[in-house]
Amino acid sequence: MSLTLKVNGREHQVDVAPEQKLLYVLREQLGLTGTKYGCGEGQCGACTVLVDGQATRSCLSPVVSAVGKSVTTIEGLEHEGHLHPVQEAFLQTEAFQCGYCTSGAILSAVSLLNKTPRPSDQQIIAAMEGNICRCGTYPRILKAIRSASQADQG
Amino acid sequence: MNVDERGAELLEDQEQLATSRLKYSFNFELQRREFCKLLGGGLMVFLSARDLVSQESGRRFNGGQGAPPAIAAWLHIAEDGSITVYTGKVEMGQNIRTSLTQQVSEELRIPPASIHLIMGDTALVPYDMGTFGSRTTPTMGPQLRRVSAAARENLIDLAAQRWQVDRSNLLAKDGKVQDPQSRKSVTYGELTKGQELVKLVADAPVLESPAEWKIAGASASKVDGRAFVTGEHKYTSDVVRPGMLYGKVMRPAQFKATLKSLDDGEAQKLPGITVVHDGNFVGVTASDSAGATKALQALRAEWSAPQQTSEATLFQDLKNAGTSATGESAETIFQSGSMEQGLAAADHRLSETYSVAYIAHIPLEPRAAVAEWNDSRLTVWTGTQRPFGVREELSEAFRIPLEDVHVIVPDTGSAYGGKHTADAAVEAARLAKAAGKPVKVVWTREEEFTWAYFRPAGVIEVKSGVRRDGTITAWQCDNYNAGAAAIRTPYNIANQRITFHPAEAPLRQGSYRGLAGPANHFAREVHMDELAHTVGMESLEFRLKNVTDLRLRAVLQAAAEKFGWSREKSSPSRGFGIAGGTEKGSYVATCVEVAIGKHNDVHVVRVAEAFECGAIVNPAGLQNQIVGSIIMGLGGALFEAIHFDNGRILNPRLSSYRVPRFSDMPQVDVEMLDRKDLPPAGAGETPIMTLAPAIANAIFAATGKRLRALPMVPQGLPR
Repeated sequence: MSLTLKVNGREHQVDVAPEQKLLYVLREQLGLTGTKYGCGEGQCGACTVLVDGQATRSCLSPVVSAVGKSVTTIEGLEHEGHLHPVQEAFLQTEAFQCGYCTSGAILSAVSLLNKTPRPSDQQIIAAMEGNICRCGTYPRILKAIRSASQADQG
Repeated sequence: MNVDERGAELLEDQEQLATSRLKYSFNFELQRREFCKLLGGGLMVFLSARDLVSQESGRRFNGGQGAPPAIAAWLHIAEDGSITVYTGKVEMGQNIRTSLTQQVSEELRIPPASIHLIMGDTALVPYDMGTFGSRTTPTMGPQLRRVSAAARENLIDLAAQRWQVDRSNLLAKDGKVQDPQSRKSVTYGELTKGQELVKLVADAPVLESPAEWKIAGASASKVDGRAFVTGEHKYTSDVVRPGMLYGKVMRPAQFKATLKSLDDGEAQKLPGITVVHDGNFVGVTASDSAGATKALQALRAEWSAPQQTSEATLFQDLKNAGTSATGESAETIFQSGSMEQGLAAADHRLSETYSVAYIAHIPLEPRAAVAEWNDSRLTVWTGTQRPFGVREELSEAFRIPLEDVHVIVPDTGSAYGGKHTADAAVEAARLAKAAGKPVKVVWTREEEFTWAYFRPAGVIEVKSGVRRDGTITAWQCDNYNAGAAAIRTPYNIANQRITFHPAEAPLRQGSYRGLAGPANHFAREVHMDELAHTVGMESLEFRLKNVTDLRLRAVLQAAAEKFGWSREKSSPSRGFGIAGGTEKGSYVATCVEVAIGKHNDVHVVRVAEAFECGAIVNPAGLQNQIVGSIIMGLGGALFEAIHFDNGRILNPRLSSYRVPRFSDMPQVDVEMLDRKDLPPAGAGETPIMTLAPAIANAIFAATGKRLRALPMVPQGLPR
């Protein structure tokens, strides 16, 4: 079935089964491998993308659910060669070790800050609870999100 | 390949020796020509592992005759001055790409940005046993420093020749050789331009001492950090090859199963599918992973499996297997004095049993491989800690020479000791061979939970005696299957018997972060607390009374200081605990505060950890490793456990196996003791070892409940 997907501001025609998960369409059809597989059951957050600005687990979402909406992946966050403030904060804080969870964590954080520009630590922790960092970098991720929220207020 | 934990430990011991095995001997002339062809001109410096060669052959390396030199490291300075360093170590989040770059930068006196490391590519890098056992910093670090220092001296020679001056007047700085007298300077690139120089260095020049370090020893950002926040970095699972197919492997419902029959009729009807059936191996390929999953689901198979043991009898089974006549023989690790006399001299005797469950590594990037055949030559991209070991396994599996197998390890989405084997690589290669196209295999989380291997479960019995004044007189430790790493006590005890009892284990088991270090520290440091309580001594004071090792005393005191140990007093809702230890040349001590909730729930609210690993190479990177170890350690301490029955894993998902999440995060304070007078030791493992016993001791301090099994509170405090 031919579907039109809007990803990172560009429209793409893909020929896939409508129930196919968005994750695999992004990775295998569109070559956007920054979005990761981690568990396939929405438990780890590695596959997080934004759908109309909202953090979404792409490993659970049928591709058809994204039709007519705007999908943002980690590859689409940079703007005119400048990192998004959350990317910049993760980089400056070095809020990663192996980095495999990083794109999902960044998109969850972007989604949080879109809704709640100045979150409390408790709000950050609640919003990030679904993103597993097995390397255990949570304290730095918390710090990065805090500093990005302040940068946003700039 | 036997991957059991003891095997891994033995491998580690033999790492040095193995680098010089003749099998991997080095044809210098051939390599020299290859490299010049591949890299063009410039300066290539090889460092021979001279000492190792003389050990192996009984002769000293004498310039190309006799035994060929084992090569420890090599480095290339291109005609444009860019530096490429080749190492068999791999990056999987421990941040050695950066810490090794810093050390090269230090000795070569050129900014880190000019240096690129090629890691874990078997066609390009020197043989290496693998990245495990905290060996990178103590062994690869000095090797790369030596080869870099040798390159620096060669560059100075080149400049001295060019200017016809005495080399002793010249110095290397900021990527240039400078002559302070004439104020002339020349960049490394200008020196190597138009050259085809190859140097084999056996004698290492004098290295900078850590006290003199300017780049190493200071915090450095991850060298390729930007690629991780943009999603640009390509892990194995992101690798795409022209014409590549996606593969899936059929798994039986139980371990040790044999395939009785296979009906692939429905699967074969699907377009573009290849089904491979080879003995017990059944797999499929398709043009995308959804197609491969669909084909796999269309297969009908019958398996038969023997009745297998269950978790209910696990610890008794391990003990029986470890003591029975048919089990492997017990191994006395250490013995001194007489246990009988030690116990007789004691005022109090204590005998307790501790246990640890099977737990899973759960690297967030599951096992993955991309395999590609060109005639009979095989190239495999895979995330592994043992690129050369995987090359060997592939060579054996497909009966092709080692030279025809090329393994490339992209920087990997973590491993924690869990990625030693070639499983996904062999599967992808088998499927690719059948399909005639490159094939990618990425394990599902459920496969990763089920078909990888686990941190061994084990039983540890400690029998001890202590005098009224707090002097420990006897210490006997019998460890069944947990593993021998860190099994010896660092405390000064005259009478000891330390025994490791390997057992035939019900589940596939192997290395974990720190091997058995967390298990042995748990048993030892909880038992130490029990002894302190028995004689009515304060926990820290009791430890200090029984240890003379200054480095261990230093971390215990530093952790206590950081935490404010002497100010804290436990109550039924707040408990404070301490533990310390040493392993792999580094020292750690941890203080913990736990809160006991109204519903018997336990929350670790604060952790202070002191860590000392000699001279620190990258403080910011080390801090990340220590904090990460503490967070990861919370899982094994509090709630992680694999459940199994009759050859099945009962909780092979993140929805049924709990790992630490954001809300589990305590306040973490880290004190890093920088000993610039000591060589750097590895640091990725030891910081995890003393968290669990410190938590157990804190829970006891609050509640009087002595928890001796890991995980301690999977369902809250036991009633």
